[in-house]
Order: sequence, then C-alpha cells, then structure tokens
Amino acid sequence: MSYLSLTETDREAMLATIGVEAVEELFAEIPEGVRFRRALALEPALSEPEIVDHLTELAARNAHTGSELSFLGAGIYDHYVPAVVDAVLSRGELLTAYTPYQPEMSQGVLQAIFEYQTAICELTAMDVSNASGYDGTTVAADACYIAKYATGRSRVVICETVNPQVRQVVKTYAPGFGLEVAEVGHRGGTTDPDELRHAAENGACVIFQQPNFFGCLEPAPDLAAAANDAGALPIAHVDPVSLGMLEAPGNYGCALAIGEGQGAGNYQAFGGPHYGFLAAKEAFTRRMPGRIIGETTDVDGQRGYVLTLQTREQLIRREKATSNITTNQTLLALGGLVHLAWLGPQGLRELGETCLALGEYAKARLTAAGVELLFPEQATFKEFAVRVGRPAKEAIRAARAEGIHPGYALGRDYEGLDDALLVAVTERRTPAEINRLAGLLASAKKL
Amino acid sequence: MSTETYPDDLRYNPEHDWARIEGGEAALGITWFAQDQLGELVHYEPPEEGASVKTGESYGEVESVKAVSDLIAPLSGEVIAVNQKVVDEPETVNDDPYGEGWLIRIRLTDPSEADSLLDVAAYRNVLAE
Amino acid sequence: MKLIFEKSQPGRRAGSFARHDLPVPEVPATLRRRQPPRLPEVAEPELVRHFTELASRTFGIDTGFYPLGSCTMKHNPRVNERVANLPGFRDLHPLQEEDGAQGALELEWRLQEILTEICGLHACSLQPAAGSQGELTGLMLMRAYFADRGEERDTVVTADTAHGTNPASVTMAGYKLQKVGTDARGNLDIDDLRAKVDERTAGLMLTNPSTLGLFDEGIEEVAGIFHEAGALLYYDGANLNAVCGISRPGDMGFDIVHINLHKTFSQPHGGGGPGGGPIVVRDTLEPFLPVPAVVRDGERFRLDYDRPKSIGKVRAFTGPFGVFVRSYAFIRAYGPALKAMSEVAVLNANYLLARLKDAYELPFDRLCMHEFVLSARRLKREHGVTALDVAKRLMDYGFHPPTIYFPLIVPEALMIEPTETESKETLDAFVDALLAIAREADESPELLKDAPRKRPVRRLDEVKAVKRAVVRYRFEEHPDLSQEPSEARMLEVQKGA
Repeated sequence: MSYLSLTETDREAMLATIGVEAVEELFAEIPEGVRFRRALALEPALSEPEIVDHLTELAARNAHTGSELSFLGAGIYDHYVPAVVDAVLSRGELLTAYTPYQPEMSQGVLQAIFEYQTAICELTAMDVSNASGYDGTTVAADACYIAKYATGRSRVVICETVNPQVRQVVKTYAPGFGLEVAEVGHRGGTTDPDELRHAAENGACVIFQQPNFFGCLEPAPDLAAAANDAGALPIAHVDPVSLGMLEAPGNYGCALAIGEGQGAGNYQAFGGPHYGFLAAKEAFTRRMPGRIIGETTDVDGQRGYVLTLQTREQLIRREKATSNITTNQTLLALGGLVHLAWLGPQGLRELGETCLALGEYAKARLTAAGVELLFPEQATFKEFAVRVGRPAKEAIRAARAEGIHPGYALGRDYEGLDDALLVAVTERRTPAEINRLAGLLASAKKL
Repeated sequence: MSTETYPDDLRYNPEHDWARIEGGEAALGITWFAQDQLGELVHYEPPEEGASVKTGESYGEVESVKAVSDLIAPLSGEVIAVNQKVVDEPETVNDDPYGEGWLIRIRLTDPSEADSLLDVAAYRNVLAE
Repeated sequence: MKLIFEKSQPGRRAGSFARHDLPVPEVPATLRRRQPPRLPEVAEPELVRHFTELASRTFGIDTGFYPLGSCTMKHNPRVNERVANLPGFRDLHPLQEEDGAQGALELEWRLQEILTEICGLHACSLQPAAGSQGELTGLMLMRAYFADRGEERDTVVTADTAHGTNPASVTMAGYKLQKVGTDARGNLDIDDLRAKVDERTAGLMLTNPSTLGLFDEGIEEVAGIFHEAGALLYYDGANLNAVCGISRPGDMGFDIVHINLHKTFSQPHGGGGPGGGPIVVRDTLEPFLPVPAVVRDGERFRLDYDRPKSIGKVRAFTGPFGVFVRSYAFIRAYGPALKAMSEVAVLNANYLLARLKDAYELPFDRLCMHEFVLSARRLKREHGVTALDVAKRLMDYGFHPPTIYFPLIVPEALMIEPTETESKETLDAFVDALLAIAREADESPELLKDAPRKRPVRRLDEVKAVKRAVVRYRFEEHPDLSQEPSEARMLEVQKGA
C-alpha cells in the first residue's frame, strides 16, 4: 500500500520540468561514499487490513484495564475519559495541525490553548501556565531550571515521597543544569516541615507532591512555608483530579505548581503520550519554558490569540533560551481542557469525593480482611499503601492469576517495603470490585 | 521614537554600545542603531549595583518583542548606578538613547581603555560596512 | 468567538458519576479547598459545538496543503488512529507486569530494530518525548561517554543554519557553544570548522540535509575532522524524510541520531504535540542509554534496568507509546519501499523549486533535497513586500504558508517542504499562487499588505500581545483589549521549523 499521490505520468512530467531523466539524478550531490546501496532490511509492506490484524494480535497480548481488574496507579490512573474528549481530539483540523506559528490559520487551536492555560491557572491558583510540557516528570526538571535562574542557587531539594520517576528525571537533568539534588526522607508516610526547612537552606527550590506518591496528604501549607523560610521556591507536584477537594498550591504560598495531566483527559496508553502542566506566579513569567498563548486584537480590533513572549524561547534566544522545548503536548492538553469542561467545578468535586469515598471503603475492607495499612495515621486520596505479609511481587502474581492486578510493588523504589503494595482506587472502581480484592488478599494471607 | 544621531562627545564599541566618560566615571548605553534594530524595548535586565563589568563582556540584556541583545561593556569598572527609569519603562531607550535612556554608571578601573574605543567617525564607518 | 468560560452558566454540567452511596471522609481543614476553581459550567451540546467551532477555525494537513519547512507536514494515515486506539494499547497501564505487556514491549522492540536499520547504527532508546528532548538526551550521552573515558571536553559545535533547539540544548546539557559558518555552496565551512575543533570539543550537532534543504557534500571530511579529534557527531533528524533508504546517518559518520516521529513517521502533531524523539546510537554509546531498555530474551520481551552506566531517565516509563504504535504502523505500510517515500519527497521539492526559482531568489542554486529555501529579498527591495506579506497572502489562496525567516542566514527566507504525499495538482496550484503573488507584489502590493482577508481574523497585533501579556482569562477583571488601539504589528521572526 502507499500514501503517495503521484502517477507515473505525473512523475515523468515533473522530472522533465526539473530537467533530469530519473529520480536517482536528484541525489547526485550525495557523496558516493555515504550512499546506501542495498534495500532496507525491513519486513515486507502490509496492506491496511493486514496492519490492523497484526497490531490487533500484538494488542491482544496486553492485559489492559478492560480485561483485568486493576488497582494500579503510581502516577498513571484508570480515570474515565469522556466520549466528548475522543470526539474533539479526532477532529482532523485539530489532530493534524502543526504548532500555530501563523495565527490567522490557527485561531481555534490558539484559543483552545488559551482556555487550557486558564483552566490550569484556575486549578492551581496560579497566574501563568505554559501550553504544556512533556509529562509530569520533565516539568519538574523545567521547574528546577526556573528556580536556578530565579534564585541564583544551585541546590534542589526533593521529598522522598515524590514519585520516584520524577526524582530520577530531575537527577538525570541536574548535571547539565549545574544543579545538585538532595532528598528529604519521610516520617511515617509524610514529610516533616522542620526537617524540610533545615534541608532547604541555600536551596533553589523544594519539590513536594500532594497527595504524595504513597497517596498520603502532606502538610502542604507547612512545607511551602518551610521552603519560603529558607528562601527556596516551593514547588508543588499536584494531581489535577484532586484539586476540587484539596487546596490549590497558589493559595498556600507556592511559587510554581506542576503535575502529570494524564488523569484529566488522557488514556493510560502504556505511559503516553500525556501532558505535564507547569504554572507559576506572575513573577516567573519571563522564566517560563515553552509556548505561551496570549490574547490580542487584529487590525479591526477583533479579539485573537497568538504565540507570545517568544523571546524566552529557543527560536529567538537560542543558547540563552529558558528551555529547548519546541514540540509540546498540545493535543493531550486539549483533552485535559475538554475533560475539565465536561466535569465543571461540581463534577470535579464529585470526582474527588468519589475517589475519597471509595478509597476509604477500600481501606476499611482491606483492613477487615487482615491487611495492614502501611501508614495508618495518614489521610489519603485515591491511593494508599498496605503490607500484604509476603513479597508484594508474589502477591501480584497470585492476584493476576485470578484476574486482578492489586497494585504497585513499593519495594521497587523504597528499601524495606518489599511486602508493600500501593493500591489505587479511582472512580472507575466499584464497591463490588473492592470486595473482590479484599477477598483475594484475605485468602492469600491464609495461604 | 527618536531620530538617528550619534553624538560627538561619546565613545563607541563595534557592538553598538556607547560610553560617556566623565572623569573617573562613565555612563553606558546603546546607540540609536541598536535600539532601531531591536524595535521597541520591553525589558531591561540590569546588573546589580556593586557588580564589576569587564570590557567586551556582557553586563546585562535588553529585550524587545522580537529580539534579545546582550549589553557589551565598552569599558571596565564597578557598577555605581542602574537607571531605574529604564527598568520600569524600557521604551525610554527608544525615545532618548543617549539621555534618559542611559543604562548604568560605572567607576572606571582602567581609564586608559577609552583609548581603544571608537570615536564617532570610526563608529559611523562600522555602521557603513 | 466567546471563550468556553464566557459561555458558562452556574449549575449547568455535562459529566456525572455513580456515587455508590458511600460516606465521604472529611479532608483535614488546613488542606481542604476553600474556593472551587472556576471551570466552565456547560452542558454537553454546547461543549461539542464550542470545540467544533474551534476546529473549524484551525487549519490542519487534513484541511489543505501545509508546506511548513522543516516540519514535514505529510498526510496522517487514519489506520494509525484505529490501531493506536485498540484497548490493548490505549488502556494498558505502563506499570503492568512484563508478562501482561508482551505485545506492547514487542512493538517497542520492533520499532527500535527498524529505526536502528534506517539510521545504520546499533542501538535505540524510544524514551525521549520530542526531537528537542532527543537532542538533550544525545548531549547527555556525550557527557557520560567522555566522563567514562576520563576526558574533559566542554564545547559542542553547531552550524549557523541550525534550529534554535540545537544551541538551547547545548546550554541545557552544560556545554559551551561554538558556531560554525556556511560556505558559498551551502555546506559547512570546512576551514572555519578546522579552526574550531580541538581536544576540548565534545562533538558536532548537524542537520543533514541542512535547514537549507541541501545535502552537505563535505560530510565525510567533516566526520573525519571530529573523529580524529576524538569527538562525536550528533545527527539532528529533523530532515530524515529526505534520506530514508538513500543515505544513512551512521554511514555518514554520525554516532548519535534523534528521529522526529511526528515528522518522518506521521504521528499527527495535534497543534504543537505530541511528538516522539527516539535516539539511535553507535555501539560504543549503548551503555549510556536511558533506562529501562526494552530487550528481547528469546521469545520474551522485558525491561532492563540493570545498566550501571546509564544516564538515567529523561521521561517517565518507556516513552510516548501511542506515538510508537502510529509510527510502527506507518513504517509497516511501506516496508523496504520507505525509500520511495523519500524519493518522492525529494522529487516534489525539486519540482516546486524548478517552477519557482525564477520568480523568487534562490540563494544556493543547487538541487535540493526534501525542502528548499527561497528569498523574497528582491520583492522587498523592489516593492517593499516582505516574506511575511507573501506568507499572509498565501492564506487567501487557501494554503498554509511555508516557514519564514528561517534559517537565519537567508534574508526574507521562505522555507518550503511539500512532503511526499501531495498530488501534482496541489503542487501546481501552490506554484500558481506563489507566481500570482509575485505579480501582485509588482502590480498591487496592497493586496499582500492587507492579507489575509479570508481568515477568521486579520493581521494581529503581536506587539500588544507581548506588552499586555494577557495569558489567561481573568473573569470579571478581564481587560477589554478591543478598547485599546490596535495595529497590524506582526513580528518578522521565525515562524515554523
């Protein structure tokens, strides 16, 4: 099959116009020594139906959340994606547009991003949001770069309760940024503000997560205050789905709010593409990485939208840019906007309440079944950690044999937690499904 | 917006910065040509008072809506004043690049450096190239 | 048109959930949200109409010809969307156990193998989220490679024709930048290069064909200079669409390559993203690739975290998987005939070039590869018409403009990339429009100055946008910018690439 449009007649006419006999002549300027002389060793071409069959066969070998009851979270969640999100994102004009460099051609996507920026600022109580970052890990590295230049300091402090992949990505970026990274341990599942204040001395920023990786609610206002006391920028890594219930970072002293957007409007998709959001107080506008859309008017005074504040960006500032980001995640961020508009403030609140209620129900049922909570004193949101009394990997294997994925093995990232599972309960789960999990873990414990 | 002028009493560098030397001190700024190339300025990132600047090196940045330019020190010295008016209203530079639109004042550490700067005729030759 | 927030009415809503009649636990008072976020309150019919109207005010490759140079705006096959949305891919959790994700891991492994073959190199990581993140990852690999060898090198060389991402990535990776010029034929200036490469040089970042759309005729010599100095060569894959199956970066001497899956391999770009920026490397650099690596053990596929020399992670999980599904499906539709894709991309570009080079100036009079750069310098000199004006006028003819004001070394640049998927009729109509515009510039330049006339808005005031910096809706306090003077102040800066 082919996606090409030229006929043999077209080709001959075009070659004649160019003044060459054959296509090969167009490559005459490629030095002999670097020409590729054989055929690419790729499998033969497939027709469209064959492509569908082949990929359907590959997809069938994956245990997805429609085929296996899943309590997996740890940063990516099985939230419901409304049909209207699919409908909007499959509009060809939006799906197949490039970055809106020419605003008269792209008012629709520009306005959509302006609306997305507004929604993110509303969720986080911030003044400015970029048009999206790659995901919830890279926006943390971006935020550190802002903090370095805003404070002139080169030490980043991250709580150990922040998603391990976020911490890994920050550590990978740090040497190039000229940053060192320090981690602060937790006390019974959350971060101690006094300990954090001490660690944040001379720090450029402090990154904490709310709710944290264990699902526990951090004393976020106290952590932000501790960072501010030390002159380090407080950066909150937040779950957008929680922000109907939990206070917004901008309302308790944070300089920046960042996060993984997937739970709002994106499918799990084996890890992407998703979007990361990054929002800040006005003072940091000039340090923001990536695209920002601004409002203006046309010659007739009519309202319109453009890419703006571009002197921050690589295309103008080049080696002195605030970031190298060019491609972002606009389409996925648009999914986020549509989902948030579908929810509205009341829907977002109810979504949060449902996650809270089901989570509490799950904790009660699991403890009743003899499973021990890892941090019984802590309030949680959407996710909580339990000890299963044997290696978590074994528990997962046994549960999956019964068609249930019981959660994430915390021992993969934390020492001493080999018997701990992180259990996520979104609005997609039901009390009956939670009962199934409780029953399974109870019977497994007896074995 | 101002009209094109290059005062006789200033010294210039080829990067389109000027210096007005007054005893052991100098005021620094950018030339009419530089502001014209940049367009309307929207941001001025000054050095801190007390910082030292070195001939040929960047001491700050000015930014228009479409471009960013390093400020290249024509002379070495210590920053004794930053023009706050330009920080607050960067377009002052477009309106009056040699007067109200000065950027910093420095105390010279090596006044003899002035000998290697361009006079107005030499700077006009740079522009003509 | 109104913002979705301006259509909001208290009490209206679209979505709802099963509530299960369970008690809702109290959130501790200090952590509870006091004021709800002002999200839009709309019903589903309004929601659908709003975004349908936004779609109708957007131009995609589905709408028409989109010759935005260096962006490779080719047709996005719809079967790719169908397969990416199979539940086994779409609803798969990234932390699923390996035995529950064999199909996904196999797809990733197969794509790695394909990209490695296309590049003529040895190992691949799909992890980077976009081309510019691929660049940064590549530079991190250089850093780790030289640290491992105990060599201190602090400089990376880029061309003066480079995308802005190259120098930006150099700085983010902690390297100093060294710029090299372009010679009279549009190749890298070898004499300038020789003077700038020494034992402090970590490597070169180069796009080949360059952003001028020209294949660097001295590439073997360039590679030799860097390799003799013990430095590495990085291939910016933005222009890979020109050379698939024709010339491989590994054979040219490059050691690290990034590929833009949203350009060459047809991932739809969604108004700015997603993309994908896999990197492909020579065997000497494989130990430093990000973790986890996707590997095959016999008939099984698994994630390998045991890579002690790895730079770490640049993104979550194994990368933007949905992008991989689409690109894999795209490549499987061609098979070894991927070469025909590049051949036609180059044929289409040369055809446009042949028909346009008399009406517009061609700064480097050579055969082009998949794209070429014209200059509107003569129109500006003779009629006061700029590249920006030509771009705006093209909109009235129903075309998306090419990239303008890039690369920076060509004044009044128009960078045109037709891609392989366009028909001759479309190419001819585009040529006719550009020729008509060149005549209009002579006869009635105001047609260009006033353009566009047929879009939802006319020329916008970009200066006002910067100075007022209204970057979110502010509800009751939102300023009414229409009450302030408005001019068609559009910036003559790079638009595209």
